[in-house]
Amino acid sequence: MNQQNDDEVGDLLKQNIARAENTELSRDLWPQLLEKLGQPPVRVARDVPWFDWVLAGLAGAALVFFPGLIPALLYHL
Amino acid sequence: MDLLERFASGDLEAFEVLFRQHQKDVYAWIVRIVRDSGIAEDLTVETFLRIYRARARFHPDGSFPAWARRIATNAALDHLRGKRREVELPKEIAEAARPDPAIQDESRRKIYRAFQQLPAKYRLVATLALIEDEPYDKIADAAGLSANLVKIRVFRAVRMLRKSLSAMGITTGANR
Repeated sequence: MNQQNDDEVGDLLKQNIARAENTELSRDLWPQLLEKLGQPPVRVARDVPWFDWVLAGLAGAALVFFPGLIPALLYHL
Repeated sequence: MDLLERFASGDLEAFEVLFRQHQKDVYAWIVRIVRDSGIAEDLTVETFLRIYRARARFHPDGSFPAWARRIATNAALDHLRGKRREVELPKEIAEAARPDPAIQDESRRKIYRAFQQLPAKYRLVATLALIEDEPYDKIADAAGLSANLVKIRVFRAVRMLRKSLSAMGITTGANR
């Protein structure tokens, strides 16, 4: 029954969202890549807003003080 | 020294040869996930940039196409995570959709919106498994997951979609 229902949702998606048809690359991307290779790598840490670090810290602290949350977290991964 | 060994040791000419051999396949994989040619081109460049920067971690005995596909999948996933969720139906999807007189545009828009609202990791596997009909083991290999975890994510994606569609008034088998 579940398999049938899953198939129905899959069919609904297929009817309404078509497969990607044009998957051919239309131009050579090497010049664009070469240009990027000449640029220094972006430092990711600089782009992360400070409140994201705060949230990450709070989440880490919650796991330390409430280890019972770990199975629930793993379930949702 | 063969091509892959030269690439791993930082030879730019070897990298260019690999790029020209694989850019089309990487692009074709990414465009199936992000469904936008311009974004797919940018992500193809980003993928090869990551590949070049990670060349020291590549084992020349391994499969370059499989490694490239995994990095491409991660780049596409990063894009899906960062992208503002679209609520408007893109013109090309509306036009490309198979004609079905029973399904109105409004329903199609709702289905597309429900799909776009899936968390990125679920949208990734649902796109590849349910729309593109890619086999689970290929998706698993590309996403760095087990085939079982891919199945679980597809199952959860379907469950979330069914719930969203039900809330929007669109019924599927389980909701009738």
